[in-house]
Amino acid sequence: MDLKIHAPPPTTAERTAVDELLGPPAVVAHADRVRRGGPQVTRRDLLLPALHALQDRVGFLSEGGLGYVCERLRVPPADAFGVASFYALWSTVPIAPTVVHVCDDIACRRGGEALVTELGAALGPSGTNGGQTWKRSPCLGLCEQAPAAYVTRAGSPVFRTAFGNATITKIQAAFGGEDQSPSREGLSHFVPQTGSPGLKLLGRVGRLDPVDLDAHLGDGAFAGLQRALSIGPAAVRTEISGSGLTGRGGAAFPTGRKWDAVAAAPAQPHYLCCNADESEPGTFKDRVLMEWDPYAVLEGIAIAAFATGVEHAFIYIRGEYPLAEARLTEAIRRATARGLLGARLAGSGPPLTISVRRGAGAYICGEETALFESIEGKRGEPRSKPPFPVHVGLFGKPTLVNNVETLVNVPLILREGAASFAAVGGGASTGPKLFCVSGAVGRPGLYELPFGVTLREVLAVAGGTPRGLRSLLLGGAAGTFVGEEALDTPLTLEGTRKIGASLGSAVVMVFDHTSEPLDVIRRIAQFFRDESCGKCVPCRVGTQRLEELVARRLRGQPREGDELLREELGQAMRDASICGLGQTAHLAIDSGLRRLNPLPELAK
Amino acid sequence: MNPDEINEPIWKVPPPRASVMPARPPDPACQTITLQIDGRTVTVPAGTTLLQAASRLGLRIPTLCWAPTLTPINACRICVVEVEGARTLAPACARPAEAGMVVQTGSERVRLSRKLVLELLASSVALDRAPELLRLIQEYGADPERFGPSAAPADRRDARHAGHHHVGDGATAETVAQPVKVDNSLYVRDYARCVLCYKCVEACGTDAQHTFAITIAGRGFDARVSTEWDAPLPEGACVYCGNCINVCPTGALVFRTEHELREAGSWAPERQQETDTICPFCGVGCTLRVKVQDDKLVSVTSPPEVDVTGGNLCVKGRFGTSYVNG
Ligand SMILES: Cc1cc2nc3c(=O)[nH]c(=O)nc-3n(C[C@H](O)[C@H](O)[C@H](O)COP(=O)(O)O)c2cc1C
Ligand code: SF4
Ligand code: SF4
Ligand code: FES
Ligand code: FES
Repeated sequence: MDLKIHAPPPTTAERTAVDELLGPPAVVAHADRVRRGGPQVTRRDLLLPALHALQDRVGFLSEGGLGYVCERLRVPPADAFGVASFYALWSTVPIAPTVVHVCDDIACRRGGEALVTELGAALGPSGTNGGQTWKRSPCLGLCEQAPAAYVTRAGSPVFRTAFGNATITKIQAAFGGEDQSPSREGLSHFVPQTGSPGLKLLGRVGRLDPVDLDAHLGDGAFAGLQRALSIGPAAVRTEISGSGLTGRGGAAFPTGRKWDAVAAAPAQPHYLCCNADESEPGTFKDRVLMEWDPYAVLEGIAIAAFATGVEHAFIYIRGEYPLAEARLTEAIRRATARGLLGARLAGSGPPLTISVRRGAGAYICGEETALFESIEGKRGEPRSKPPFPVHVGLFGKPTLVNNVETLVNVPLILREGAASFAAVGGGASTGPKLFCVSGAVGRPGLYELPFGVTLREVLAVAGGTPRGLRSLLLGGAAGTFVGEEALDTPLTLEGTRKIGASLGSAVVMVFDHTSEPLDVIRRIAQFFRDESCGKCVPCRVGTQRLEELVARRLRGQPREGDELLREELGQAMRDASICGLGQTAHLAIDSGLRRLNPLPELAK
Repeated sequence: MNPDEINEPIWKVPPPRASVMPARPPDPACQTITLQIDGRTVTVPAGTTLLQAASRLGLRIPTLCWAPTLTPINACRICVVEVEGARTLAPACARPAEAGMVVQTGSERVRLSRKLVLELLASSVALDRAPELLRLIQEYGADPERFGPSAAPADRRDARHAGHHHVGDGATAETVAQPVKVDNSLYVRDYARCVLCYKCVEACGTDAQHTFAITIAGRGFDARVSTEWDAPLPEGACVYCGNCINVCPTGALVFRTEHELREAGSWAPERQQETDTICPFCGVGCTLRVKVQDDKLVSVTSPPEVDVTGGNLCVKGRFGTSYVNG
């Protein structure tokens, strides 16, 4: 392939940013230069990191900067532009170097709108090219502290901070480079159970310095890994299967079966991806785990890698989680320096390298095959399944994908044994579970409760519904609206299914009587319209049409035939979309609208 | 025609008909799979797609983004079929057949999804030059009007930013309407007709040309075929092989000659003739299918079933023969 790069040269800042990541350009031997096309593409997977380096340094992707990346990585410019324009956090036009991304999604609806109005008055319209600007953002995974904001200030080094309870004052402080992330002392506001006895997943959260390795080792961290190494991979997989653990990322697939399939896959090497893209509106559990107990995540990855024959694992973390990314990176550094990871797992096992990869604003990259594409340096478009990731995954190799919370359950199972894990809950819902409770409850936050608790019990723990209860959104934007009638439903896979809902990522978002249901439903429609990757017709055009349909309804002017349209469109999207995004996009909208009968007057 | 009867010089002899690629002989060691499609049993080699298996039974499944010469991208979803026991429908073009599968190619569920796909496409894209799609719209009773009147063309689709869009009031249905891109003398890109089937991107990339001049940019409803930074073609990597034109199913990519005749209102299919010939330029001997209107050459394609070309040509064969127009 001949590369045709017509871009102007990069600025010094751009060149430095890219060279810092990729190393100085190698001197190409004359013979190589003569060979047609020169040296071939080697590290396409570094495209996303390279684009991050540019955006972090200068605040946007320029033609010169992108051209230089193309030259270094030997990626065709059109291809690289396709990637650059896919991700929401990158700008392909000049924009202010300091940007605040304000969440205006479901839980932050009102507070977010108020902030946006104020920012508009102070800084002018969104996306200007001055000193500072603002943008709207989908859920930032801080719903328990609504409204949330994420500030990025380009430079060397870049400054990024995400925070809840956002105010203009806090945003201004962040513009000035003041870190706004919560302190350990303040954590109990959002993880109210902090320090309570008997917590299995949140046990260390808020109690220990999150990156202090000695403190963690003293508290039992990596004991599960030690046991895994002593019993061997097959026995580890038997434990996991015996525990009944199912995936906590939304699809609830039996974890043991997935591990067995990867371990048995003949192709080599095997890869592991820890799915830390957490972008389902209403979900923030993985963020809390990564920020406050990063070693538990690493230990889970290490055990999973050992059990499935993986020597290279990736953590794909959403771009809006700077604190979690920093803590994980630091934890990896310390654990590697201590010989727990790296050349030999815990000093005696096989090697394991863990790389952190940062997303760039795309909900769809949480879908496992889109996640692979993204790590491989491509647009985050889902692949057709089969073949399944356990056979053909990252770089075309057998790959284990697990959610952060799933992996954090793993050391626990190894420490306490499958039987005691399986004794909690039942069916496909065993063990402890994290619930993301936000909205109109007394104490929004992250709660660990045993599988089997009812919705009513979850609400009670979270301080009840002091302002009344209008409806609840279970499972996030891809979930279902339910009402009081669902309060005695056990929040298990089976229980939620029985009422026609789904547990999803264990989101419980509560709306009181002051909420505006149609506005919320419209925001959900907008979310899917924004986040569809655009590959398949039912979702690409379907999400646009769904949004239009809800917008009509919001204006009080639905058309005759809209009900049938919604039904048919929903079925086609569910049946014919490639991936879970399109397949579930109509669920919350459908259930939400159904709860809103009677219909307003039909438009003529 | 009997060659003996010809006493004209060889170069005046009408060209041979396109040679069709012979079917691959069955691999003797290859595993076979037996499945049921529309109540009939069929046995196929492992790795056969449901589309291929169905065609063995003479069953026709509509396709749009699939082509025999391209890697299945399974984007359009018009080819979905129902596999018993599966939660969702499966794209026949990409889904490998499995032993014991029970497949319905025309069930209610299948027809509903196909109808909606057609309605969604026709409500957002200009399809008046896509006869096969127009026929399917009839066949499936699709009603694109049900989404309401089309919205006025939005400006600067190419400048849209992923994850952000203007939320309308739902009174009209958004479309991909936009001005034709005319930036070179050889072909035009009329993306108001683009169904985003990815075929041109595949033909320009790994499936044929390996030039990578075009890509899919943007996301969701704002996704579009684009060069880097939406640069005019002469400023990018395009080598004008025109292989994208050959695969485009909707008339979004056409010869500039065709575009200008249409603009002038003098495009007249009834006065057109197609002739197969051999490219005069090099020793490969690609088959050219030359379209002529009023004694003027208007476009050159190559039939995809021809083994020499697979439908692909280079710039010389595609665009270099206009000298015949004098
Ligand atoms: C649109 C979409 C977004 C998803 N986002 C996430 C996510 O952010 N985190 C996650 O763990 N799983 C997500 N998933 C589910 C993953 O595809 C996959 O099932 C999961 O990571 C597997 O891990 P588990 O078995 O441990 O749950 C998403 C799926 C879809 C369809
Ligand atoms: S369902 Fe939506 S997100 Fe998934 S592949 Fe299709 S267009 Fe992309
Ligand atoms: S231009 Fe034509 S070939 Fe390319 S994606 Fe659009 S419809 Fe398909
Ligand atoms: S952070 Fe705003 S909705 Fe989740
Ligand atoms: S033809 Fe199968 S998905 Fe397009």
